[in-house]
Amino acid sequence: MSVEPGGEVGGEITKIASEHAAQNGADAAAPSNHVGQAMRRKEDPRLITGRARYVDDITLPGTLWMAFVRSPEANAKIVSIDTSAAQEHPGVHAVFTGPDLTDLAGPLPMAWVPPGIEVNNPEHWPLAREHVRHVGDPVAVVLGVDRYGVVDAAEDVVVEYDALPAVTDPEAALEGPPYVHEQLGTNKVHEWSLPNDRLQAGFDEAEVVIERRVVNHRTAGAPIEPRGVLADYRAGSLTVWSSTQVPHFVRLFLAILLGMSEERVRVIAPEVGGGFGAKLQMTGEEVLAAWCSRKLGQPVKWIETRSENMAVNHQGRDQIAYCRMGAKRDGTITAFHVKIIADLGAYNMLLTPTIPALGAFVMSGVYKIPAVHTDVVGVFTNKCPTDAIRGAGRPEATHMIEVCIDQLAAELDMDLLELRRKNFVPSDAFPAEMATGVIYDSGDYDKSLDKLLEHVDLDAFRREQTELRQQGVYRGIGFSTYTEICGLAPTRVVGPEGFGNQAGFWESALVRVHNTGAVTAYTGASPHGQGHETAFAQIVADKLGVDPSVVEVVHGDTGTGPEGRNTYGSRSLAVGGESLARCAKKVADKARAIVAHQLEAAPEDIELRDGKFSVRGSPDRGMTLAEVAGAAYLNQVPEGMEPGLEETSFWEPENFVFPFGAHACVVDVDAETGKVKVVRYVAVDDCGKAINPMLIEGQVHGGVVHAIGQALYERVHYDESGQLITGTFVDYALPTAAELPSFELDRTETPSPVNSLGVKGVGEAGTIAASAAVTNAVIDAVRPLGVSYMNMPLTPMRVWEAISEAQGRKEGVSA
Amino acid sequence: MSKTVPVRLEVNGVEHQLDVEPRVLLVHALRDRLGLTGTHVGCDTSNCGACTVHLNGRAVKSCTVLAVQADGAAVTTIEGMGNEQQLHPLQEAFWNDHGLQCGYCTPGMIMAAAGLLAENPNPTESEVRHALEGNLCRCTGYHNIVKAVLDAAAVGSGVTAQPEVKA
Amino acid sequence: MIPAEFDYLAPDSLQEAIQALADGGEDAKLLAGGHSLLPLMKLRLATPALLVDLRKVPGLHGIERENGSWRIGAMTTHSELEHSEQLGVVARAAGTIADPQVRNRGTIGGSLAHGDPASDLPAVMLITEGSVTLQGPGGQRVVAANELFQDYMETAIEPTEVLTEVRFPVLEGWGFGYQKFNRRSEDWAMVAVCAVIQQTGDICEDVRVGLTHMGSVPLRATAVEEALRGQSLNAENIAKAAQEAAQGTSPPADLNASEEYKRHLARVLSRRALEEAAGLS
Repeated sequence: MSVEPGGEVGGEITKIASEHAAQNGADAAAPSNHVGQAMRRKEDPRLITGRARYVDDITLPGTLWMAFVRSPEANAKIVSIDTSAAQEHPGVHAVFTGPDLTDLAGPLPMAWVPPGIEVNNPEHWPLAREHVRHVGDPVAVVLGVDRYGVVDAAEDVVVEYDALPAVTDPEAALEGPPYVHEQLGTNKVHEWSLPNDRLQAGFDEAEVVIERRVVNHRTAGAPIEPRGVLADYRAGSLTVWSSTQVPHFVRLFLAILLGMSEERVRVIAPEVGGGFGAKLQMTGEEVLAAWCSRKLGQPVKWIETRSENMAVNHQGRDQIAYCRMGAKRDGTITAFHVKIIADLGAYNMLLTPTIPALGAFVMSGVYKIPAVHTDVVGVFTNKCPTDAIRGAGRPEATHMIEVCIDQLAAELDMDLLELRRKNFVPSDAFPAEMATGVIYDSGDYDKSLDKLLEHVDLDAFRREQTELRQQGVYRGIGFSTYTEICGLAPTRVVGPEGFGNQAGFWESALVRVHNTGAVTAYTGASPHGQGHETAFAQIVADKLGVDPSVVEVVHGDTGTGPEGRNTYGSRSLAVGGESLARCAKKVADKARAIVAHQLEAAPEDIELRDGKFSVRGSPDRGMTLAEVAGAAYLNQVPEGMEPGLEETSFWEPENFVFPFGAHACVVDVDAETGKVKVVRYVAVDDCGKAINPMLIEGQVHGGVVHAIGQALYERVHYDESGQLITGTFVDYALPTAAELPSFELDRTETPSPVNSLGVKGVGEAGTIAASAAVTNAVIDAVRPLGVSYMNMPLTPMRVWEAISEAQGRKEGVSA
Repeated sequence: MSKTVPVRLEVNGVEHQLDVEPRVLLVHALRDRLGLTGTHVGCDTSNCGACTVHLNGRAVKSCTVLAVQADGAAVTTIEGMGNEQQLHPLQEAFWNDHGLQCGYCTPGMIMAAAGLLAENPNPTESEVRHALEGNLCRCTGYHNIVKAVLDAAAVGSGVTAQPEVKA
Repeated sequence: MIPAEFDYLAPDSLQEAIQALADGGEDAKLLAGGHSLLPLMKLRLATPALLVDLRKVPGLHGIERENGSWRIGAMTTHSELEHSEQLGVVARAAGTIADPQVRNRGTIGGSLAHGDPASDLPAVMLITEGSVTLQGPGGQRVVAANELFQDYMETAIEPTEVLTEVRFPVLEGWGFGYQKFNRRSEDWAMVAVCAVIQQTGDICEDVRVGLTHMGSVPLRATAVEEALRGQSLNAENIAKAAQEAAQGTSPPADLNASEEYKRHLARVLSRRALEEAAGLS
């Protein structure tokens, strides 16, 4: 041990600490190569043994249960609410309705204030006041001692509605009336464009123009854990456990809406059972639980049922896009124009109208198109609001581009991969400024497609396809070569001065080395299944020369660590991970200075090698992190340096990151019934440098299935009267293991220059890429039957109808 | 409240006597009365399987069983499968193979898989996929879950699965 | 989601169960595996005041062969049927019900008494030409499968009767086919077709075809049967006969299947089920 004991007591502590460290392995010299390893997860032991604690697993004495009375009507005036019978139920403490919430500082927030355009943003209260605007709109809450009893009491709240006509078709809604918000006299929420003044010139140059109406239907995030809140207001302070992706945002808004001082509000995201964007929200339920807890002086718990979740947890997609793609005969794409009609549902929630705009930034896809122009019109309808769901605008964009590319290839009678390659942004063009104005950080699109084709022998496939067709089997292949924009975000671009989001999008980190050399790393990112505790530990471990097992990553609690900006938009690693890496480097720099001081060497001569901070050229002269910590906490540090070994960082990227890749999907279509089966799925993704390849694969698997789900199985559907037809997991068809194949994955690694780790995001990439690959595959399969285009969801009936119609056309022609 | 009825359950080898309303679902008796919160609820319609436990050795959805129906029965929950010191081969395989992300469906998946392996110790991939048709996962795309079950089966039959680099 | 309140009895004998039903009146319901009833109760689409649980009643369980017939206790689970391959089409159909956990709880008696035209076993019972035994305050009666299903989720079972057993002839030497069409394997049938064929050489001596979810009750596709009976069992004749599958049906449409699509499916699935039953596929 190289540290001089600093006196009797301090020496003893140092000794105990170092013995303790030896027992825990914290002082062991650890090789600095954990990054890149498929390390199994630190999170898992608690999760596989049933020891994890999700919101519903947390109990507090005296907790009151909260149950909702929700509107069965899609559009109605509330004539009266009679809560008397509910109040009579044994164990019921209170029933509240909209007018009771007079002391809220304001309605639920919408955080997008785009410069230069108007957004209609009518008030949206946690409980409806006078009017309900979609099925499930909350009307009253019942609070009582018993989980079952409050449900009974809620059934006895009598609400009289004056039902009004509902509007559910966004294109009809633009024509209005009826109006979702009568006082606006329109159903239009906003119009926004990412314009390009070369658009007309681009189409003038084109020799072929294809036009398609691309419908990207409404879907649900459907995390398997529904939402839930436990709020505990006590002695002037509020603690809220919420199944959320964004505890820091929730704290801020709860403080504002409840008129509380922010430091008196603590929000904890405990174990969160999936998010997929559906838990990126400031919900009325969170506000109500907190408000009721303060009002009644008791903890209040609300656990969402799946039926509630399907009706009121914000949904995603629901865009109708009119796409025009122009090209020369040789395949050079000259212009792409997209007009999106986005069905936003009944209210604006946190980010509702921004979502369709997010796709506009990557509307050029992986192609160097000189003119790309996106128009967005947002529309109110009597449906659940939409907002961010895995991919948030970018799956829609990829779908439009990649489906149109295939349609164009067919029109040009050109090989669909040759057409893609002809238009790829070349690998030497990065960083590449696109016609959309964004700068793609890095990419090599030919390389990922080449790698894909190492797995997929297209010529062999076409031969097999021909043979199978002769046997009546309709097999098809579809491709998607995609990029996406993530790592949110440079504030100058998306913040108040830029795109108009009222926040900064840095991320925080705090790295604390304890006396023994063990490390606690706080991150402002807030995971819900991604594996931050493992990947972030790998990053920090390598920076400090310790084993990841002694790095504990703490997250999801506004009461610990610095202010945070949480998890969405595939930002955790590229922003939060980088922030932690920089923070750990600060700690390592301090450690070097301390070691230099202890060993009488120059700080620049201290290198981290084999788990030791040692003098360059003299590997025997060095200190482990535990020994450095011992010195740091004994204040055996250089003159003028503070004792201790802990640093904080706030870091924000200069640019977004742009993951990319090439996917191929093979399907069989039962031409008699229209049923589609995915028989093979191959994905090559590039998310920059890999921190943990196992976690990357997991994200791609789940992301791809999310999109296969949308393409083939899942659809949120409202009938013309605004009734929700897909209100449970019986009707909202998430695919099961039995519907799916195993996947074949590969990667290329093109580092991002935006951060020191060279990483990009991968949480949404699979979802962004896959729906187009599936759709193109189905169309490829049934093309010989005369079908040239279809919109999702490619349900058996829809495919059968398309085939029948095409066959009818053929027969009509031949007759 | 309707009259409560006495229920005797043997849960993970421990006898319990409960008085419950007849309408109390087995999953709520396990979670709210016995504190066994590893068993989860993810839907209202017996689709998601997050609540899967074993009732007298067979996998069932505990959200669709009344606690009174389980009177006198032996129940095994995820907590009864193994702990961090001594993991069940399925738990170990889920860990090794990254068969979980958010972990919410995982207890039900493991219990459903255990139900399969009890009946069919050497399933094919297709048999595993069909045996899990009553369990929904939104995170993993099922790929690594299926792999984990096959690997656990291989361990059970003496063929050791090769784990990835371990923590 | 939580059921509304109810009272609960778990009698030790059939007589007590029948008495409890009689005493409970219209709001009393029998509980077997609970996998038809409890989901409805959780959504509060059913709110019985009294549940009479059959779990302690002896003699309602098991599969026995007796005088050329199968006798199956009402409380026998789908899983037990599924694993009794000798039951032929009944085992096959049972193995497609929902998922393994549901099959471990759901029972044949519960399924038939529920009378859901989308569930698998009712149509299968029609083509086995089986029957159910009902025990009531006035004694026992036997109701043939084709008289059991009266309307959408309505059966010939009186509120005070308990379905105690299911019988159907052993279809020795008959081939069978079962074709269930759904979007996901755990789903209810969009349409399902079951078929059994008795053949001598390639001649169809007898044939029975059942349709699931093609009306408010399970149906026999008699036009198909008539078209094929006595014919040579080749692909052409089967295809021709299967064209009659939708005759006289009025299938309930939903989001994923129009009436027209369901009629089309019935024809396609009938052909496939018949080919399977005839050993042609």
